[in-house]
Amino acid sequence: MRRIRKRHLLGVAVFAAVVAAFAVPAAAVQAGSGLPTKIGKGEGKLVVIEWPAYTDPSFANKFEKETGCHIVRHDAGSSSEMFALMNANGGGGGGQYDLVSASGDASLRLIYAHDVKPININLIPSWKHFLPAFKSPPHNTVNGVHYGVSVQWGPNTLIYNTKKVKPAPTGWSAIYSPKYKGKLTVPNNPIQIADAALYLEQTKPSLGIKDPYELTRAQLTAAAELLSRQKPLLKRYWNYATDEDASFKNGDVWMGAGWPYQTLQLQAAKVPVKEIVPLPTTGWADTWMLAAKAPHPNCAYKWMAYVTTPKVEAKQAIVFGETPVNPLACPYMNKLQKGSCAGYHLNEPASYYNKIKFWKTPIAQCGWQKANDCMDYNAWQQAWTQITG
Amino acid sequence: MRRARLRLSGLLWRRPWLKALGLLTPPLAAFLLVYLGSLAVLFISSFWTVNSFTTAIEHHWTLANYRLIFSTAQPYLHIAALTLEIAAAVTLTDAILAFPLAFFMARVAGRRTRAALFVMTLLPLWSSYLVRVYAWQTILAHDGAINWALNGIGLPDQNVAYTNVAMWIVFSYLWLPFMVLPVYAALERIPDSYLEASADLGARSYRTVRSVILPLALPGVVAGSIFTFSLTLGDYITPRLVGGPSSQFIGNVVYSYIGLDANIPFAAAFASVPLLIMGVYLLIARRLGAFEAL
Repeated sequence: MRRIRKRHLLGVAVFAAVVAAFAVPAAAVQAGSGLPTKIGKGEGKLVVIEWPAYTDPSFANKFEKETGCHIVRHDAGSSSEMFALMNANGGGGGGQYDLVSASGDASLRLIYAHDVKPININLIPSWKHFLPAFKSPPHNTVNGVHYGVSVQWGPNTLIYNTKKVKPAPTGWSAIYSPKYKGKLTVPNNPIQIADAALYLEQTKPSLGIKDPYELTRAQLTAAAELLSRQKPLLKRYWNYATDEDASFKNGDVWMGAGWPYQTLQLQAAKVPVKEIVPLPTTGWADTWMLAAKAPHPNCAYKWMAYVTTPKVEAKQAIVFGETPVNPLACPYMNKLQKGSCAGYHLNEPASYYNKIKFWKTPIAQCGWQKANDCMDYNAWQQAWTQITG
Repeated sequence: MRRARLRLSGLLWRRPWLKALGLLTPPLAAFLLVYLGSLAVLFISSFWTVNSFTTAIEHHWTLANYRLIFSTAQPYLHIAALTLEIAAAVTLTDAILAFPLAFFMARVAGRRTRAALFVMTLLPLWSSYLVRVYAWQTILAHDGAINWALNGIGLPDQNVAYTNVAMWIVFSYLWLPFMVLPVYAALERIPDSYLEASADLGARSYRTVRSVILPLALPGVVAGSIFTFSLTLGDYITPRLVGGPSSQFIGNVVYSYIGLDANIPFAAAFASVPLLIMGVYLLIARRLGAFEAL
């Protein structure tokens, strides 16, 4: 243990000297920041906090064989759980975890709590092929410093039962209208406030909402009021994806906000459901982030490099029902499942991605207003408790 | 070796307090350190705040968390009241359901019937809590067993799934064994001679139940109510699984504040509320003699 750390320190010192000598312009990598400039030998083990199936054996087994990094998985059911695990035992993953597949509502939280550390993005060869929207997105890159590598994304979708909901819904107004009162469901997550804010951005321009994750007090109140009016229309708030599946299956719920994952699961179970993605919409984008106290950083870098290669991206997308960040995955997706590249919107133009507002942790700094008076996550949590209480 | 053992046992025989000390120290230390210690830490941290940007805990003393909880503009009092109401309703329901069952088991049933009833009362505890809650989710669902039965006899659907009523039913089912056992123990301890004396004095069965059995069984009911009440008060899983859009319990709020929000001081402050309620409840229960029936 001590020997490894010593060697590591020596390596860092050498690299820092090299970096200083060549005076690399501080673009993504800041000089002297101690970022590794190459991936060393694997430590034999990789401990991850992940969304279930994010290291699915169908594509992870090959990685384990090639690198000798044995993966130890800790599946998390929610962003809250992920953050709590990373923040426990002194934070930074507690010296136990190496990587976390954080979604955008947790990633800034992890960065500002110093639970994750900057990475050298140049060590991830596929990164330069990524869609522009996922190279340095605001939910994982702060002031040009990368705190992880984007991996997959998906839109928040409107799922409906085709036998019960006629005519088919056309937009997000469907979950705010009393037509299907008592047959609706939405996620139990403060980030749901952003969905309401985005809806208000379209329907009530007088509020001046510029970014659904950067809300002033008045804007947050307006979004919370909309959600309070929505509550009596709901059958329930869903906590886990499986809860929503169950409610659609047994007929308690006819329409709701969800992810492509649920639609796939429900269709596989022969439930007559379809989904639409009314634009603009909110969406999630996941990032593999490196724990500040990662005990196996080399295996972690190896995994980040491996999981973003086109073939693996395609496989994970099909397994989980989401979209790669690497467009080179397109032909592999079509090979695995005909038409899936277009089905998951990987072939869309850049304008499409601008219409998906990806989750990011609400913080007080408003980029659009250049001020510090936006409502932070704590205010969102309080508003959400008020709505659902 | 043998001599040392003899000497030790001699010492313990001569100084009985040493024996008591040796026996009591490990459980007492565990109780004081692990249980009371963590409660104390919880309580202390409820007077701190959190930096909402870095999520670091800031150690300056403030009553802000409690002010927020007891502010009528906030939802927390309302949530605490709902939790309390459901816990009270569940306790009452379980007491009403458990009394006749326990009475039958203790005073009427033969040995074999009693054993069978015991097994049936305890059987649900052998399966996982989650399995039982999910089972109720299926029973109450739109296409579940209840609606199937109702439709079978020509009645319309019930819509109990995902409501506070569903929580009340499921909690009452979950904690019933915890009420049956202490009530049974209390009823079993009533000497037959009391009942005979009551009859000899001319009391009918209703009068005997009201004036003899109920007062003597009351400590058992109160003891059982400590379980049903506190178990409901602290739960957060059942509200998530069978509750509706307005079914937040104290535990759910604590859970969500500990997660991504990382506001442990506030969660600790709100977690002190059920502690306070249970403290008052236990004081009342002691006056009613519940601790003799445990």
